[in-house]
Amino acid sequence: MNWPILSVVTFLPLLGALLVGLLVRGNERLARGTARWVALWSTLVTFAISLVMVWRFDASSAEFQFVEKHNWLGIASYHMGVDGISLPFVILTTALMPICILASWTAIQTRVKEYMIAFLVLETLMVGTFSALDLVLFYLFFEGGLIPMFLIIGVWGGPRRVYASFKFFLYTLLGSVLMLLAIMAMYWEAGTTDIAALLRHGFPLGLQKWAWFAFFASFAVKMPMWPVHTWLPDAHVEAPTAGSVILAAILLKMGGYGFLRFSLPMFPAASHEFAPLIFTLSVVAIIYTSLVALMQEDVKKLIAYSSVAHMGFVTMGIFAATSQGIAGGIFQMISHGIVSGALFLCVGVVYDRMHTREIAAYGGLVNRMPLYAFVFMVFTLANVGLPGTSGFIGEFLSLIGTFRTNIPVATLATLGVILSAAYALWLYRKMIFGNLKPALEGIRDIGWRETVIFAPLVTLTILFGVVPKPVLDMSAASVTQLLENYNYAIAAAKIAALSAQQSP
Amino acid sequence: MNAFPALQDLMPLLPELVLACGAMLMLMIGVTIGERSSAMVNGWCVIVMLVAGAALVWVPPGPQSMFGGSFLVDDYARFLKMLTLVGSAGALLLSLDYLTLEKQQKFEYGALFLLATLGMLMLISASDLIALYLGLELMSLPLYVIAASNRENAKSTEAGLKYFVLGALSSGMLLYGASLIYGFTGTINFAGIAKATQNGASVGLIFGLVFLFVGFCFKVSAVPFHMWTPDVYEGAPTPVTAFFAAAPKVAGIAIFARATVVAFPGITHEWQQIVVFVSIASMVLGAFAAIGQRNIKRLMAYSSIGHMGYALVGLAAGTPEGVQGVLVYMSIYVAMTLGTFAVILSMRRDGRLVENIGDLAGLARTHPTMAFFLGVLLFSLAGIPPLAGFFAKFYVFLAAIKAGLFTLAVIGVLSSVVGAYYYLAIVKIMYFEEPVQSFQRMPVLLRLVLGVSGLANILFFAYPAPLLGAATVAAKSLF
Repeated sequence: MNWPILSVVTFLPLLGALLVGLLVRGNERLARGTARWVALWSTLVTFAISLVMVWRFDASSAEFQFVEKHNWLGIASYHMGVDGISLPFVILTTALMPICILASWTAIQTRVKEYMIAFLVLETLMVGTFSALDLVLFYLFFEGGLIPMFLIIGVWGGPRRVYASFKFFLYTLLGSVLMLLAIMAMYWEAGTTDIAALLRHGFPLGLQKWAWFAFFASFAVKMPMWPVHTWLPDAHVEAPTAGSVILAAILLKMGGYGFLRFSLPMFPAASHEFAPLIFTLSVVAIIYTSLVALMQEDVKKLIAYSSVAHMGFVTMGIFAATSQGIAGGIFQMISHGIVSGALFLCVGVVYDRMHTREIAAYGGLVNRMPLYAFVFMVFTLANVGLPGTSGFIGEFLSLIGTFRTNIPVATLATLGVILSAAYALWLYRKMIFGNLKPALEGIRDIGWRETVIFAPLVTLTILFGVVPKPVLDMSAASVTQLLENYNYAIAAAKIAALSAQQSP
Repeated sequence: MNAFPALQDLMPLLPELVLACGAMLMLMIGVTIGERSSAMVNGWCVIVMLVAGAALVWVPPGPQSMFGGSFLVDDYARFLKMLTLVGSAGALLLSLDYLTLEKQQKFEYGALFLLATLGMLMLISASDLIALYLGLELMSLPLYVIAASNRENAKSTEAGLKYFVLGALSSGMLLYGASLIYGFTGTINFAGIAKATQNGASVGLIFGLVFLFVGFCFKVSAVPFHMWTPDVYEGAPTPVTAFFAAAPKVAGIAIFARATVVAFPGITHEWQQIVVFVSIASMVLGAFAAIGQRNIKRLMAYSSIGHMGYALVGLAAGTPEGVQGVLVYMSIYVAMTLGTFAVILSMRRDGRLVENIGDLAGLARTHPTMAFFLGVLLFSLAGIPPLAGFFAKFYVFLAAIKAGLFTLAVIGVLSSVVGAYYYLAIVKIMYFEEPVQSFQRMPVLLRLVLGVSGLANILFFAYPAPLLGAATVAAKSLF
């Protein structure tokens, strides 16, 4: 059977959004319920179909699979496909969406219909970003995601939501428009915007450097890397819970994915040359933002800063350009997607009950919410990188990978692991242990809906911590090929530089 | 054989003939029947434009030169004429309900629209300096009058007068430039000028070129000749503003591109500098000056200044890709502008039009569909994918990058980020703020225009081939 499975996964949520938009009418209570159920089923079906993709995916091949190609703009084509690098992110997206919808089930009471539409549209754009095989198409999905996220933060966010949404939108847009110009320059150089063709095209060094910086501007903001990370804490704090989850779990990964898909393979010489810059920024991010996280009084802000620190490991691992480093980077992104998403959900649970995110307002929750305390503990430890959880594998691999190329950087980054243990455990102790605050006397433990949300996340966190093989195997072939091409290009560049020196 | 050979030769001129005869017929009907015919006459004027559009399709294919080479109907002209007719007809559709509600129905209104549109079509086809001036004046004179059509309103008359005085000044400059060009080349024909300037140009000719450009910049409201725009946009009756924003801009850009590309290919380097400067200045001023605006019509004025800057990016490239970009840009710009003005015209409360941006507060609650479409248009104006406005910018910048105009491209995209701020600010007001009093029910015609323009902006990405293909063919015919 040969149906366009990737397009179906991409556009099914959009269809769901159309259904919600056009069909949901009637009195408000009924409309709310219908909107929720339609959204939940669309995301669930999308997830199920994406699992079919996993099943049919040939992990031994580094080629793009489920490829679809149609004529579109003339210069650009509608070219979709996934390989071992992008498929994990597609699955991460489709898997987290039903969870986000469930997490918003009772927390969102106003304008439910618009909320669900925004999320479903966002899902289409996110899946599209990871599976686009044409630069223009990629840009379309990549930037298009700003619109629903802007609305999600701005309409359903906290008190400073306007500031946060504008900052998020303009920051990201500013980074991205430069990337757009680089895409155009690449088109005139290579004569195509097809990613598969561009991966085989050797760009001249001068263009590589400029284009690398332009792409860097976009992905560094998205990732976010220090010092352009300041939009993230604001956006996270103000966004509704599910919005924070999507931001942390998926939108940030677009930056890392972009580095892996474009910067490293298309501009290898420039990546090699600027790797020290990335290392420096990553180490600063890991240490500095961990220290900043120690000082936070707002739970969400703390987790936001910890995200920046964890993304530091990812960029470090990717630009170490060793097989462990890149595999670690990918794994760390998947793991962080699950763990940080889950942490924001944990915050959402208590926020829904108490309507405050101040750390000082909580204490002794274990007395009233034992199950919650357990769930929160699993994710806290995964965030710290305890062996046996998924967080460990990612950090460990990216650190080993970096040790092979740059020992001082890896050493400094390891310090960050200690700091992350400090702030994460401190947070856990403050909120869960100690005396029960009087205001928390009546707080309920997590209910069945929340259990349904957390159960798969806890399972995956521990499963991937013990058996990381499925994720690593899925991307192994693609990573190997990426590295082969990369090393070949670096060697070729060196030879070219040498011969240029020798010839008078 | 043929009893009317002359008529046969006039076939390429058919759309213009339809408009001219239509305008006169409408005036006669209006005079004969009197004031009560006004609403009917204005409605019929839309039909005259549609007939002119149909006639345009009917025009035999291939380039046709008439009147000793001063009037040229090629693919470029066909594309832009169609676009102009769409813009004019759209603006007239927007006017119909307004005129009734404001008790402003006058039969001259529609006829002036037809005459101005006729001027635009002449301008688009002009291929020598005299035809250019003729078309320009035929376009401008009715525009001055319509700007002041609300005679009792001081702002409207001021707008008309201001537009007239400044317009006359710029026409004078343009004429002076044309005379210099004629003096230094000895011909008024574009092709002849191209021949005379293929080995560079004298200082005098450059002077002429600059004066010619002053006239063009005024008509398309590009910086530094944009000063009239905010006042005229604000003062003129709103549907007239919509007309100003859509149709004359298309015609102005059309002749700007035709004159520069066809008549001065030998001195590309010289005019490119001017266009690059004008383009950068317009984009930057449009982006920054709009931020402080509270009146939505003034905001649209600055927005249109910015958009002309983007369109000129394509012209600055001076290549077929660039002209294609300009054509795509103008098409999408017209679609966005008409839709936005459909919303502005439905901001009606207690029988009065309101114009403050703050009046849109909470529109997403009170009028969800209208807010959705306006949101789409605003994001499209800001150039956010996957909406049409993104592709508009994409093609002009693509051409600029190919032509090596990196400074222009970088400043352009950065100013588009600044511009995004004020479009977002309107989205914020509609979606994030609590509703104030709701507007009156939106008239059907406005809904129609808004719906078509909104859907066109959303769905453009799904099927861009027709517009892109037509623009490519049209751009090729210039080179």
